[in-house]
Amino acid sequence: MRVALFATCLADAMFPHAAQATVTLLERLGHDVAFPAGQTCCGQMHINTGYRRQARNLVRHHTDVFEPYDAIVAPSGSCVGSVRHQHTTIARDAGDERLAARTAQLATRTWELSEFLIDVLGVEDVGAFFPHRVTYHPTCHSLRMLRVGDKPLRLLRAVRGIDLVELPAAEQCCGFGGTFALKNADTSAAMLADKTGHILATGADVVTAGDASCLMHIGGGLSRLESEVRPLHLAQILAATDGSRP
Amino acid sequence: MTTFLGMPHAPRGVGQLRGDEPFPAAAHKALADQQLRRNLGHATATIRGKRARAVAELADWEQLREAGEAIKAATMARLDEHLVALEAAVTARGGHVHWARDAVEANRIVTDLVRATGATEVVKVKSMATQEIGLNEALESAGITAVETDLAELIVQLGHDRPSHILVPAIHRNRTEIRDIFLRHMPGVDPGLTDEPRRLAMAARAHLRAKFLTAKVAVSGANFAVAETGTVTVVESEGNGRMCLTLPDTLITVMGIEKVVPTWTDLEVFLQLLPRSSTGERMNPYTSTWTGVTPGDGPQEFHLVLLDNGRTAVLADPAGRSALHCIRCSACLNVCPVYERTGGHAYGSVYPGPIGAILSPQLTGIEDNSSLPYASSLCGACYDVCPVRIDIPSILVHLRGEHVEARTRGRLPSAEALAMAMAAWAMGGPRRFRFAERLLRLGRVFARSGRIRSLPPPLSAWTAARDLPAPPAQTFRQWWRTRPGDGPR
Repeated sequence: MRVALFATCLADAMFPHAAQATVTLLERLGHDVAFPAGQTCCGQMHINTGYRRQARNLVRHHTDVFEPYDAIVAPSGSCVGSVRHQHTTIARDAGDERLAARTAQLATRTWELSEFLIDVLGVEDVGAFFPHRVTYHPTCHSLRMLRVGDKPLRLLRAVRGIDLVELPAAEQCCGFGGTFALKNADTSAAMLADKTGHILATGADVVTAGDASCLMHIGGGLSRLESEVRPLHLAQILAATDGSRP
Repeated sequence: MTTFLGMPHAPRGVGQLRGDEPFPAAAHKALADQQLRRNLGHATATIRGKRARAVAELADWEQLREAGEAIKAATMARLDEHLVALEAAVTARGGHVHWARDAVEANRIVTDLVRATGATEVVKVKSMATQEIGLNEALESAGITAVETDLAELIVQLGHDRPSHILVPAIHRNRTEIRDIFLRHMPGVDPGLTDEPRRLAMAARAHLRAKFLTAKVAVSGANFAVAETGTVTVVESEGNGRMCLTLPDTLITVMGIEKVVPTWTDLEVFLQLLPRSSTGERMNPYTSTWTGVTPGDGPQEFHLVLLDNGRTAVLADPAGRSALHCIRCSACLNVCPVYERTGGHAYGSVYPGPIGAILSPQLTGIEDNSSLPYASSLCGACYDVCPVRIDIPSILVHLRGEHVEARTRGRLPSAEALAMAMAAWAMGGPRRFRFAERLLRLGRVFARSGRIRSLPPPLSAWTAARDLPAPPAQTFRQWWRTRPGDGPR
């Protein structure tokens, strides 16, 4: 299967290892991965901050870039959530029914990484080896927009050598919320303090999640606390085979 | 762009739908109150657990939610017809129906009705609608004392406080604080009162019993009104509401127009959804229903005030109108990570939490509550628990769009709007995006040992509590180009 990587703007610019790991993993599983070079951003930040007019152009651009591909995979629940649950609304609000139909079609072929592995490829054991203590934070949009359920945990449980520890109050938001972290910085920081407290209580060496954005927030909080706990994208654990901590 | 021009919003200067300051400023103060954080954390966690257990008992919970959503949507689509049917049924059974365009009109109607009885004191059943319109203050300025009889509402009233939760108005108080309020403000209270819950309840009971037995007029809200028979319904836990609904000679009910349901069959769905969602009980202890007046039994005069106060304006927006489906269970407050930390007062309106963040700005018009749609991380926990499946996150996003459009109309762009325009330009194509990535890499000069600890405004809001990693030396797309045989495709 020829798969298009939707790297997401954040991973491309700030967390390239998450996108690289996605490529490594999919190629190891025998798939030809394409990176459509025209891709930029799905427009979620503009949509969720209220800038619908600008978001329309980004939605159209995203659709143009990815439409030729059969399967589109992203290392992000949030960006896939936007493609699947927001793009059609944005197009329809703009009165562009043709674009709305195209986005609705594209949404059915766009997958978050854990969904793609389990639902499309039908694999749980991806052949990873990661001998470290790991706790998993289910990101809000993967959990409640995409309903990935325990798919990421099933993938993690199949990783050899892993010591997977449960995160208390795992389903509570870390407080990122895109521009929420800036507009309501105090409330966001209060939510983050509880999240990092729970992570530290697990004694894990690594906190993982399916979204680089939430990990940037959680990692930023842990770094400020001078904690040794490393934030690592789910793809990086699933791609690991040599036992080192990437 | 979807709101019809000329549809009136809730008027300014009356009632409690607007705060004194934007949400972030109010939240900043609330977050500093450690006692408040502890009280809320404890209370919301307890109710969350109860609700989850009560809901898990029902195999058809999701179907019930869908039924609730469908009934509300169908009712709103013909709201005018159902209201007229309700009026006819109530009138036929000896009640009187009054139509109030807004808070001012509703307050005047109720004040005139109380005045006509000659009473100077009324007992009240806990009611969000009368809080919304500021009825107690309006009555007070007419020389009429309104006595709240719901225990938590009484605590709020005695403490000259404001409610901070739809169901548990005094959720921000613990029992020691409640004892202190009683000792300070409850006439004739035992000075040896302890903070034992039973002792506190007995003190309130003695205080309220005297009020019930002397009151000539009661004022209530309504949870539902069944159009086919003209039956009004109040659900509650304490029985104090039923005292008010049965003992006085005159009963005045103020009800938002969205509370009507067509038939008793519809009511059945909501009487299952509401208690499990709100208190986590299979059934609430008291469900009172009354139909007009019954000679020789209960109040002999009944007035129903139908309140608009911005609701028709909400109804006019197809993308936001499902906010009117709310049955005031407050499940969304209890699961909201923002509400749990800031409490209800930070929202400024009597409707706090996620539902308040979409309802208040629509009732007042977005200009007056413009910070509320942003008071959410869009985590979606509210949508999951809503018994009538209101898609709160999508409406929050919709209202943000309405706000940005209202703000930019004919004005110079804000710094945020400029930043968003620049970002949209940079993301408009791969060349520009690569250019932006090169600019971003300049951010490495801010980094020490791979992390950035301090940035200028507005990004200082981030670095106040979090670090940022230094931008990587190589972006993903640069790495991709270095792969043998790959290059741009």
